[in-house]
This record gives sequence, structure tokens and C-alpha cells, in this order.
Amino acid sequence: MQGLDFSIVPEYWPLIGKGLWWTVVISTASAVLSVLAGIGFALLVLYAPPVVRYPVRLFMWLFMGTPLLLQLFLIYFGLVQIGIDIPAIWSGIVALSLHFAVYNADIFRAGIASLDKGQTEAARSLGFGAWRTRIYIVVPQAVRGTVPAVGNMMIALLKESSIVSMIGIAELVHSAQLVISETYRPFEFYLTAAALYYGLNLILEAVLRGIERKVELSR
Amino acid sequence: MDIALIGRIVPVFVQAAWTTVELSLLSLALGLAVAALVAMLRLSHVAALRFAGAAYVSVFRGTPALIQIFLLYFGGPQVGIQLDPFAAGAIALGLNIAAYMAESIRGGVLSVDRGQMEAARSLGFGEGQSMRWIVLPQAAKLMIRPLGVNAVALVKGTALVATISVVELTYTAQRFIGSTYKPFEIFAVTAVLYMIMVYGLTLLVDRLDRAYAGEA
Repeated sequence: MQGLDFSIVPEYWPLIGKGLWWTVVISTASAVLSVLAGIGFALLVLYAPPVVRYPVRLFMWLFMGTPLLLQLFLIYFGLVQIGIDIPAIWSGIVALSLHFAVYNADIFRAGIASLDKGQTEAARSLGFGAWRTRIYIVVPQAVRGTVPAVGNMMIALLKESSIVSMIGIAELVHSAQLVISETYRPFEFYLTAAALYYGLNLILEAVLRGIERKVELSR
Repeated sequence: MDIALIGRIVPVFVQAAWTTVELSLLSLALGLAVAALVAMLRLSHVAALRFAGAAYVSVFRGTPALIQIFLLYFGGPQVGIQLDPFAAGAIALGLNIAAYMAESIRGGVLSVDRGQMEAARSLGFGEGQSMRWIVLPQAAKLMIRPLGVNAVALVKGTALVATISVVELTYTAQRFIGSTYKPFEIFAVTAVLYMIMVYGLTLLVDRLDRAYAGEA
């Protein structure tokens, strides 16, 4: 036991702050991509011809049944294997985006399915094509009802983004690890990182509440 | 696809999957016990206890499970807690899932109509007795599905302890990918084993839910 000493934390703020920044960047990029890909998967699962629909469903089933960390390893090592050599940060973003896209797709699919059929019929009778109806009429309305559930996924995404530290991406956890390898003070710096995630989480929850209120009002 | 490789590695991976099962069961047991306690705090009449319960849930749900594991395993020795990786992993995962399970339990109790408690009290049951004999049996049925969802998340979450070198399924997959450079074969084997656990558990929860919650 060496006792705790938090007074050394501020000295390492530049490195920790940089990690914090990358956590925000990676989480934001993955959140946006996971929502867009989620909508895409949901539309494919609902409306695409069987040759496309079944592979997408198989993929979703595979990704829902396995841990994110395993998927990250598959993408990180697998991409190199098939000759795609991209920086680690992209492997991290791709893994996070795909993992959460699958859960988002499930939420969107339910949202689209619960939308009144009259909306589709009305749009079609006004001369909209099938896909134009889905993209311009169905999706925008269906997405509103899914805001709370997708918001919960984004809260999970922010926390799970910590996993990309495992492939050497210098986000918050990885920065903490770098500092710890220098200072041998894991407790202080992991606790600092935890506190920063907690703060980010509070901010994200406030943002999501704001979005929910806006969506409620526009209904 | 290197089928021969798959045949060779299956026994090792089944062994590793068993460690994942043990880890899941241990942290599930710890998680449920702590969750019951935290839910009691959350439902208490005493404001300070309610606050303590809410703080537990907020802190454990507001920070990454990965950091909770690191804090216990790497930071523990600084505050006099020395644990081997398996124990540290099981305890951290259990404490983490307890925060989510506490909310599932609390949600179940709150979904039981208030009239049930009032009726029991007016028939002369004490508060604890009413909770034990009238409210909880009804609430338990409503908890099956949310607790099941938590348990499934826990099984997938056990992969995190690969980061502190617990030789479970994901750690084994990582090591074999590194030594064979066959990520797709290794993933296939590992994914099948995880999906047996995850979808097996999902099926069990569905059955239990239909058997008990269906009649409520």
C-alpha cells in the first residue's frame, strides 16, 4: 500500500485532456454513423429483396450475439488480413458504429413497423414511389418515436468507446494507461478517467433530454 | 476457411467458453444480491438511504465497465485490495451489472398497483409482510424479462475481463488470432460459442417470461 495522492493529477492534464478530446471525437463519429447505418439496415431488413435481406439479418444476428471487444479484434485484424490497411482509429470507429448500428436497426425497425399504414398509402396515392415514400415520409416520422431508445444506445456507446483503447487508440482510457505506466498510480488516474466519463455522460444525457423535448413539441 | 485449424482449436475454445460461463454465473449471483440491496435502498422511506442507492446506480451506470474493472484490479492494491484477475473480473462485473439489475427490480416493484400494498396493509399485514407476501410475488413476474436482458448483457460483458488476462473466450480468441493470423476462422468458432450462450439464455428467459408473466 502506498496511499493515494491526487495532487499529481493536474500535472498530466494535457495528456488526459487530449484523450478526453479523442473520446468525444470517436464517440460522436460512431454515434452518427451508427444511426445512419441503423436506419439503412432497418430499411433493408424490412423492404429489400431476400438476397439482401437475409444476409443483413444474419449479420445483425451475429453482431447481437457476440461481444463488442471480439468484434473489434475481428475488424482490426480481419481488415489487414483481407488487404485493407487503415489506421487503427478507423477500425475502432467501424467496430463501434457497426455494433451499435445493429441495435439501432432493431429499434428503428420496430418504430417503422408501428407507424400508421395510412402514411404510406397517402404518400403512394400522391404519386411518391415506394422508396421515396419510405425515405421521405416513413423514416422521418418513425425515427421520432425511437429517440429515447436510441438515446440509451448512445449513452452505452460513449462508455463502450473505452474499449478501443485495446487496439492502441489514444482516447481517454489509453491516455490514462500511458500516464499510469509513468507514475505507477493506477487508482488516481483510472478514477480521474471515470470522473471524466461521468461528466461526459451527464452532458450527453442533458443533450438527449433536449432533443427528446424538441421532438415531443414537433409531433 | 481453414477447416483443419477450426477442428484443432475447438477443444481449447470450449474450455475457454466454460470459463466464460463460470464468470457469468458468479457475477450474476453477486449482481443479483447487490441489486436486491440497492433496490431496497432506492425504495426506502429514509432519504439518506434512497440517495445512497441512487448514487450507486448513477456512478456504476455513468462510467465504463472497463474502467471499473481496471480500478479494482490495478488500483485495488493501492488501497489494500489484492485480487487475482478472475476474482477481480467477477467482482467488478457483478458490481456493475447490479446497478442495472437494481433498476429492473425497482421497476418491477413500482409496476405493482399501489392498491395491492394498501389492501394488504388494511387487512392488517405489516409493511414488510405486505411487501414480502403480496407485492414481491407479483413484482417478480414483471422482473423476469428486464433481469433477463441484464443477464444477456452480462454474458457479453464478460469479454471485458480479457483485458486483465483472464483466460476466457475473447482472451483466447485474441491470442489465437495473434498466433495464427486467421481472424475469420477464430471469430467463427468464438462467435458460435458466444451465440450458444447468448441465444440459449435468451430462449430460457422467453420461456420463463411466458410461463410466469403470461398469467399476470
